[in-house]
Amino acid sequence: MTLQQPKPSRIDWITIMLYYFFVVVGLLCIYASIYKETNPLIWDASQNYGKQLIWIGVSSFLGLMILLIDEKFFFAFSYPIYGITILLLILVLVAGTTVKGSSSWIEIGGFRMQPAEFAKFGTALALAKFLSGYNVNFEKDRKIQILSAGIILLPMVIILLQNETGSTLVFTSFIFVLYREGLPGWILFAGFILILLSVLALLVQPIFIIIALVLLAILFLFLVRRTRALILLTFGAVIVAGLMVSSIDYAFQNVLQAHQRTRINVLLGKEVDIKGAGYNVQQSKIAIGSGGLWGKGFLQGTQNKFRFVPEQSTDFIFCTIGEEYGFAGSLLFISLYILLLYRLLVMAERQRQKFNRIYGYSLVCILFFHFVINIGMTLGLMPVIGIPLPFISYGGSALLSFTILLFIFIRLDANRVNELRGTAD
Amino acid sequence: MDNLSKQRTLLVIFISIAIIYITRLFYLQVVDESYVFFAQNNVLQEQTIYPARGLIYDRNGELLVYNDAIYDLSVITDQVKNLDTISFCNVLGISKDEFLSTFARIRRQKGFSPWKPVVFQRQITIPTYAAFQEKLYDFQGFFVEVRTDRKYKHKSAAHVMGYIGEVTEKDIEKSDGYYRMGDFVGISGVEKVYENDLGGTKGTRYVLVDSKNRTQGRYKDGEFDTAAVAGKNIHLSIDQSLQDLGERLMLNKIGSIVAIEPSTGEVLALVSSPTYDPNLLIGRDRGNRYMELLRDPDKPLFNRPISAPYPPGSIFKIIMSLMGQEEKVLTPATAYACHHGYLFVGCHSHGSPLQLRGAIAVSCNAYFCQVYRSVINNPKYKYVEDAYNQFYKHAYSFGMGHALGIDLYGEGKGVLKKAEYFDKLYGRHRWQALTTISMGIGQGELGITPLQMANATAAVANRGYYITPHIVKLISNKKNPNKDYNEKHWTTIDTSYFPVVIEGMQDVVERGTAYIARIPGIEVCGKTGTAQNPHGKDHSIFFAFAPKVNPKIAIAVVVENSGFGATWAAPIASLMMEQYITGKVDTRKALLERMLKGNLTHKNDTAAAQTK
Repeated sequence: MTLQQPKPSRIDWITIMLYYFFVVVGLLCIYASIYKETNPLIWDASQNYGKQLIWIGVSSFLGLMILLIDEKFFFAFSYPIYGITILLLILVLVAGTTVKGSSSWIEIGGFRMQPAEFAKFGTALALAKFLSGYNVNFEKDRKIQILSAGIILLPMVIILLQNETGSTLVFTSFIFVLYREGLPGWILFAGFILILLSVLALLVQPIFIIIALVLLAILFLFLVRRTRALILLTFGAVIVAGLMVSSIDYAFQNVLQAHQRTRINVLLGKEVDIKGAGYNVQQSKIAIGSGGLWGKGFLQGTQNKFRFVPEQSTDFIFCTIGEEYGFAGSLLFISLYILLLYRLLVMAERQRQKFNRIYGYSLVCILFFHFVINIGMTLGLMPVIGIPLPFISYGGSALLSFTILLFIFIRLDANRVNELRGTAD
Repeated sequence: MDNLSKQRTLLVIFISIAIIYITRLFYLQVVDESYVFFAQNNVLQEQTIYPARGLIYDRNGELLVYNDAIYDLSVITDQVKNLDTISFCNVLGISKDEFLSTFARIRRQKGFSPWKPVVFQRQITIPTYAAFQEKLYDFQGFFVEVRTDRKYKHKSAAHVMGYIGEVTEKDIEKSDGYYRMGDFVGISGVEKVYENDLGGTKGTRYVLVDSKNRTQGRYKDGEFDTAAVAGKNIHLSIDQSLQDLGERLMLNKIGSIVAIEPSTGEVLALVSSPTYDPNLLIGRDRGNRYMELLRDPDKPLFNRPISAPYPPGSIFKIIMSLMGQEEKVLTPATAYACHHGYLFVGCHSHGSPLQLRGAIAVSCNAYFCQVYRSVINNPKYKYVEDAYNQFYKHAYSFGMGHALGIDLYGEGKGVLKKAEYFDKLYGRHRWQALTTISMGIGQGELGITPLQMANATAAVANRGYYITPHIVKLISNKKNPNKDYNEKHWTTIDTSYFPVVIEGMQDVVERGTAYIARIPGIEVCGKTGTAQNPHGKDHSIFFAFAPKVNPKIAIAVVVENSGFGATWAAPIASLMMEQYITGKVDTRKALLERMLKGNLTHKNDTAAAQTK
């Protein structure tokens, strides 16, 4: 294996620039959220922003290393990497440290790390490798479909056992990857309907939804040309949906933990609790809302200075952006984030190797999921699920894992012209 | 669907989400200006509005318990900033160590949250409150909460009313977040039993406080606020003047008085002696004073009338008379001779032989041993157990052997054994009337609380039924809704058997053992009892009701270690009945004086001398 370094011109510099833009914005926001006049040094390693600065250094170094590694390394070592991340997850279950109710941390020396973060790129690599194999037809082969689901579900189950619901949910974003690889669109649509029904089931008495569904089905059959198959299919769907609605209500009451129930109830407006579960969201909305059109300016946010928003440097970091840079800043931020996602999507689609493409899609979908949940939560549109905003939130494990995730793809992309067009399409 | 359009689908999803979020941001940041206001007034402070606790009145509408404002210093620890500790400690008059240890204690409390208010110092004095209020802006995060403590207008009825105190951790957990550390709840008596009625519902007010801790206004115009709902007022069935007289009569004596209105089951007076001043258990020193009372060897906290069982003594002869008739082994004409007793049960000198009415009047022991024997050895039943079960059933129907269900905690069951008990003791079928003969005269395996005595008296006064005795007459001016307090509990004795017994009880007072209990102009029916006490001098017991027709009051009095029923219990009961029926006690000054001054404990001789 000869070490083949990419030419600098082939590296996608736009992505790298966007990456550094977000990392620096993140650092400034972390700095602002715990800033004190008495302690203004940004490189103070005892403070979180000082630590984040160190993490940025470590990440840059790691990113550079990844760019220097032969791109075949990732293809060749996909399964071992996946295996190691799974082992780490199991290790956490056995010897983990519990932080804020989730036992997903592992402590080595003075450093804490969260293997769940690393499981994301492990899974992305394994899935990419598996689906890019010879004679693998995801669209038609049932066995392949089940095994793909297994690759995704294994880390999910272990992380769920660690009581880390947020990270578990991140893995659902792989459904978009599978969609790109041939999962029928109706499953995506069914998933959407499922979520819609779930929310409805929690808001309205299940019986009313079932009545509404039956009426809709009758109306539908009345309007279209009726065939025997269509009638059966429609009523089958209504029965399935009805069963689901009833079971969701049951699951909500019996499976979810009390704090999760409260969070969802607060989100749905069924419960008003502006001091308990709703406190974070209420304070977050106040912080963002008070930013106005142009924001209060760097270090001028009063809400964050007085620490009204809990978890402000991690999960609620977007509050600082909203408060200090206002609507203008938020608009720019969101646009640039979408630009990054778009850029990565374009890059993923231009890959000749199936492996590269699937990996690229995994990256995009994971980032997108984090983006949707994290920002939605600060705006009061999504339930409070503690997952970080990639590249922005404080936290070494998260920053490192997202950096690795991104730079592997940049490395793969830089080599694309050297490759022969891979297997089909 | 080709792959390009799949890519496009994903892009459409991305952009749709971005548009939704940007719209939301536009609404929050540009359209809705209220958030700017909230942020300027940047602290959202949750203030608890404590409802006024319900007031407690007596049956005639006289106020017994009311509220008094107290000031608690609370803190939201997360909002404490730049605190000048020295000045803070000076204002409160505490040392820095106390300050630090209080903080440490607060943080250790279960359910502690830095965003929720906790009491820092309870019940600060009014001067401290004033001094603190002046400097409030220096002490960010601290504020004063006003709440209410109880005040008692009279020194009486402590055991009935109970007291309030700080809610326990267990109750906080059970309340699902309603109570928090430092809230007051009823701990005993009516305060506890009717906590849900008296307590009301706390309200919450969200206010915005600026960085100088000054209130700036309501949050969202009070959209999230909830109003406090005041507690309901309660009318006790207690007659305050009767209760007061009862407590004065029982001063320096150990024992109980229970008075019931037979037609309603309403408790008119419930005296437990020795008692304590309910005003001792309020305020900051509540805890210490409680411990003092707890350590007092006279047990002033012990609620004797509802929990202490006594052998009923001769008053049980009334129950025996009724039971014998119901079992058809006794008629008013049944006569037994008495030669100073029956077997080993002695009797005093009186005419002989006697019929039922006369036997009640002179309380003939031999007569009632015979009645008991005929009930237990009743040939109608093959086995002694079956006959005894009849005895048990009848006694039970008068309220003996089980808690009646009064609206107070700590009610005792008394003692009434089942047949199995004697089977175990003597063997199956191997016992009979003579084995347990002392029960016929209310000794032996029998125990009855003063409340049960008064209740049984009420059942006799009603000629066959009682209504469960209760303390609370009205809640928010509506009748106490408890079903038990509104229905007749019939005894197993036919109404027709009562008149002769009641005649006998009248004779007891007119010409029998309780001559001293006569009230001029009122027909009193009663029965004395002298309960043998293995630990010391006998207990003096008397139960009675008056008037004979349409009884207004049924009463039971127990004076511990004071000898015959007629010596202390009967006159005290008589004075009480006179007070309740006529509204005053002025016909027998000398008797009243003697009872009020009677000192059987010889503990407070000096105190008694002073009250003269």
